Amino acid sequence: MRDLFAVVMMLGIFGLLSASFFVVMDAVDVAFTEASVGAGISTLLMLTAVTLTGRLEDGERHRPMWALVVVFITGGLLIYGTLDMPYFGSADAPIHQHVAPRYIHDSMQETGLPNIVTSVLASYRGFDTFGEVVVIFTAGMGVLALLTMGSRTGIHRVMADSIFYLMHEQHLILRILTKILIPFILLFALYVQFHGDFGPGGGFQAGVIFAAAIILYAMVFGLSTARRVINRTFFKLLSAIGVLLYGGVGVVSLLNGGNFLDYNVLADDPVAGQHLGILLIEFGVGCTVASVMVIIFFNFSGRREFP
Amino acid sequence: MDIVVNMSSGLCLLLGSFLCLSGGIGIIRFPDFYTRMHAVGVTDTLGAGMILIGLMLQNPDSLVIIKLLMILVMTIFISPVASHALAKAAFRNDLVPLSDRNEHKGGTESSNP
Repeated sequence: MRDLFAVVMMLGIFGLLSASFFVVMDAVDVAFTEASVGAGISTLLMLTAVTLTGRLEDGERHRPMWALVVVFITGGLLIYGTLDMPYFGSADAPIHQHVAPRYIHDSMQETGLPNIVTSVLASYRGFDTFGEVVVIFTAGMGVLALLTMGSRTGIHRVMADSIFYLMHEQHLILRILTKILIPFILLFALYVQFHGDFGPGGGFQAGVIFAAAIILYAMVFGLSTARRVINRTFFKLLSAIGVLLYGGVGVVSLLNGGNFLDYNVLADDPVAGQHLGILLIEFGVGCTVASVMVIIFFNFSGRREFP
Repeated sequence: MDIVVNMSSGLCLLLGSFLCLSGGIGIIRFPDFYTRMHAVGVTDTLGAGMILIGLMLQNPDSLVIIKLLMILVMTIFISPVASHALAKAAFRNDLVPLSDRNEHKGGTESSNP
């Protein structure tokens, strides 16, 4: 397929289908993440990238045969590897023997959260999640470092403004609907953020939804209008504050005499401490994800102004 | 009373599924972009709405009903506007509708935007 737009759309459809596959498998949290990140915002960011690079793929510079051979060999090896694995869904598979029973039986007493996924993600595996947040933060910083170079002369900006004005003066229906929807999207993001302890959701999904509202605003009302609303320095700061909040919770639990990210010592009651810690680190995750997504979008689409 | 609710719920679900199915057939069978848009844009909103209403009748829990109601309101808002935006984008990028194209060229090639 030469048309990159179609490729990106296929990827989005694949993300949505795998999200529904996860729902069928009863993994609603993963499905939520896949739907918002895989089908939603990554499709959007790739589309913005396609507007930068051009819609059609360049002519072939490589031999597709060799790539195909490599793919076949790797795929064959992977399938060969699955032959040793226990039968799908079998109860005595190692994954069901090791730590999963403890999560299922004890997580309610230990963390007081009905949603086991959140307690695993934020408490038992807090270190892994910290790594993920740092990766997202690093991605945002990488985009900032690579794309904010370039001369910002006034002429380009005026030209870009007029282009965006032409694009956006006409879409009356879209503008009105966007105005109606954005408060609800933001509200839903907050719901997902703070209800993640009790139902599907959490910082990652909420951050992406929050960013989606801002990106929607920027797409419909134009980038220069959105720049007036959104302080980019604030978003850069926010992405760092999220990681700092996460790490800070870990350091505070260290100072209180526990291990890094051991929330039991945050309050007098271990369960209350767990609750406080999970809430705080989810908030940190949400801040970082939302601001990094906004930063990436603004740098991708703002790049177009300086050809 | 119970049987009335169940019957009407089943009817709504059936109608909604039929509408979604016909939209899906339409998007495959219709010849060009605008007719496909028409097939799916019209049936989709009503189909999804019917399914949501049917689900609401199935469920006695008021919280679930309120959530479904919110999804319904969102669908009613978003789906037609999405169709509108798609069709407008196609029109602004000079994709000629099939009826106009036939007069000029006399051919019925399918468009692939």
